[in-house]
Amino acid sequence: MTDYLIKNGFVFDPVQGINGDKVDVAIKDGKIVDAGDVTNPTIIDATGMTVMAAAVDIHAHVAGPKVNMGRNFRPEDKLFNCTAGSGMKRMEGGFSVPTVLRTAYLYARMGFGFSMEAAMPPLYARHTHEEIRDTPIIDQGALPVFGNNWFVLEYLKENEIENTAAYIAWLLNQTKGFGVKCVNPGGTESWGWGLNCETVDDVVPYFDVTPRQIVSGLIEANEYLGLPHCMHVHGNSLGEPGNYGITLDTLKIAEGVKPQNDFGREVVLHNTHLQFHCYGGESYASKSFESKSKEVVNYINSVDNISYDLGVVTLDETTTMTADGPFEHHLSHMNNLKWANTDVELETGSGIVPFIYNPKTFIAGAQWAIGLECGLFIKDPMRAYITTDAPNAGPLCRYPRVYKWLMSAKARDDMLDNTLKYGDKIRERCYIGELDREISLYELAMMTRAGPAKTLGLSHMFGSLKPGLEGDVAVYPYNPETDTDDPEKIEYAFGNAAYLIKGGKLIVKEGEIVDMGNKRTFWVNAKVNENPMVERDISEKFRRYYTVTQNNYTVEGPHFVPNPYVIEVDATK
Amino acid sequence: MAKVILTPNQTPTLFLEAENITPDVFAGKDAAEIAALHGFVGKTTVTLGDYFTIEGAGGQTAADTTVVINGDVSRVKYIGMKMSAGELIVNGNADMYVGGWMTGGKITVNGDIEAFAGLGMTGGELIVNGNAGNYLGAAYRGDWRGMQGGEIRVSGNAGSDVGTFMRGGTIVVGGNIDVHVGTHMEGGTIIVKGDAKTRVGGQMVKGTIYVYGDIDVMMPGFQYRNDSDLEVDGDKGRFALYEGDMGERHPKKKGEVIYGQLYMKY
Ligand SMILES: [Zn+2]
Repeated sequence: MTDYLIKNGFVFDPVQGINGDKVDVAIKDGKIVDAGDVTNPTIIDATGMTVMAAAVDIHAHVAGPKVNMGRNFRPEDKLFNCTAGSGMKRMEGGFSVPTVLRTAYLYARMGFGFSMEAAMPPLYARHTHEEIRDTPIIDQGALPVFGNNWFVLEYLKENEIENTAAYIAWLLNQTKGFGVKCVNPGGTESWGWGLNCETVDDVVPYFDVTPRQIVSGLIEANEYLGLPHCMHVHGNSLGEPGNYGITLDTLKIAEGVKPQNDFGREVVLHNTHLQFHCYGGESYASKSFESKSKEVVNYINSVDNISYDLGVVTLDETTTMTADGPFEHHLSHMNNLKWANTDVELETGSGIVPFIYNPKTFIAGAQWAIGLECGLFIKDPMRAYITTDAPNAGPLCRYPRVYKWLMSAKARDDMLDNTLKYGDKIRERCYIGELDREISLYELAMMTRAGPAKTLGLSHMFGSLKPGLEGDVAVYPYNPETDTDDPEKIEYAFGNAAYLIKGGKLIVKEGEIVDMGNKRTFWVNAKVNENPMVERDISEKFRRYYTVTQNNYTVEGPHFVPNPYVIEVDATK
Repeated sequence: MAKVILTPNQTPTLFLEAENITPDVFAGKDAAEIAALHGFVGKTTVTLGDYFTIEGAGGQTAADTTVVINGDVSRVKYIGMKMSAGELIVNGNADMYVGGWMTGGKITVNGDIEAFAGLGMTGGELIVNGNAGNYLGAAYRGDWRGMQGGEIRVSGNAGSDVGTFMRGGTIVVGGNIDVHVGTHMEGGTIIVKGDAKTRVGGQMVKGTIYVYGDIDVMMPGFQYRNDSDLEVDGDKGRFALYEGDMGERHPKKKGEVIYGQLYMKY
């Protein structure tokens, strides 16, 4: 394997406290090593450029049945939006729901090394893994959804943490999943009865359990197992005016819970796409709707065991897709566009609706502002990660634009003054006007690399340039000394990495993708003590309810996971 | 006004995809440059010069460019796609997507055209002195944005699914029309001067459809309202107004419920 030495770049690595110093970065046998430990390396001249560890995406919807349904029912998303193959690259297409190849190439061009698929319906884990397999270059994992799963609802009604944990361990193994995702806890199942869970204390019909019990129980089970990642929640009443109270209620469930794991993870709850959960007021009208990002982030600032990602609205035409079936139904009745829905037997649901965040409307502008506020109010950027909940709040390709807005008050003012029709109203109803903070490159490295890697329990592999970590390095054509004059340079540079080295392989060379890498699928194998009751419950559910047998459920073998990276966890003690 | 004349010199074995044949692309180019513009046949890239003899040159802008195709282009797709200004005249038959997504200017086809003409168009004029195919002025598959502005005039007959997801503009069909007219229509006007078959205005929310001749089978979601004397596209007559589709959602404007309107001439 070729050794690399990246010379003369401005290096940003918060884990090692390197803040723009000119440090050489060396890679040998696929790992970062001290600069003196490489012999005859290929030199990469990063003079005048920014060097960081490859980025880590903690939450995006880029593989699986709902992503593919999005592709199928939105042929117009690919219209005029395809690029013919050239060199190493095959044809790529799609804007908000790109093909697997475009997803991979986009991540590479943006300097990413790892992405977490944020919602895998267990029954369709096979499909999810086939898409992950077909997405080259980046390493990926997937979070199976648990928040409306019949086993979980039944166990947590009686607060049976050990049984819940045993079931989680079994399901992670069956689906080759990475951790515990919880979407609209109890709400999606309630919707089977035409209802929803709008607060954490609404009772799920038939199962007689509340979102509070589900969230609390999943956190406890997660820590009982000592999984690398924490419980990852999309709370109740997403997108509803006045939902911030429910968000605070959800976050407070984690109060006092200590992380238990061997991976250096310090949080026990990750609240995804916080932007959608920080709304005040009673309607979307400007006289009522208001931002509550400050209240929510202030609470998170006051504790040390919660992280979140932003879910910034990018003001694009996009495709929303979530396991929050009732929310998508609600959305389809707001914009009257097409709607797809699936009930995933015993486990979860899903809905898809195209959506246009129109900058000419007050509400889309306010959502844009709130997402950025969530990134600007954070005291410890190691606990706030930059996402667009791709493609829900905005397409994956917009990450660099979000960085620009976070890093430049001028770019935000330009939006408020020139692009948004109700800029002044938005300043009035949101906090964006009072925030002049500009995220630094050092903080950006925390919010896109070091932080997400730590909360995923992967800081021993990703997120830093410390010797021993994976040889994942991104070099951006951005000079932190001279390129500060124009915020557009931020957006350009972070969408057009000059170099990406992934696992020690040169993937992007002088802005061109030159290698498809050595893609791995990460999953977590949690060992638990034998649990005959859970084993019996599983075979019973398959016998009585599932339309498939267990043999057709398990994700196994090289067809689905040709290049696994297994993280072992022992919870038998 | 500068003129470019294209004369077909061979018929493609498959179909020629020629989205570059527009005043917008031809503007500022001489005959040789136009001949070098690309097109696709199957998976191969070809040039316009491979299929046409090209005379003349484009004007400075699209607005001062006229493109004339003299001959049969019934195996050429995307003529006039996305054009914004100027004029395009086809003296012969053309294949699919004539004037697709056009925003301005004028296209005249002295012959028949195939499906998907004027797809998603937002402005300009598309005149067909002949027959049109299916999905005239409709939306691209999957899209909800059909024709939004401009005018389409067909002197002969039109196929099925005309004006699907139409949101604005006017389509006038001089002859008869096939099934599915104005499905999911949310605005604009469709005038059919001949007969229609079935499923006129299905899932229509807004907009107006006039049918001068007969409708074989009316949609059950339409209700008779009243009769009135109207002048439509220069034709005077007495019309019966039906509103629908009652099975769809009904938006309100200034407190009044809005329906799609279907006028049938006595
Ligand atoms: Zn999500």
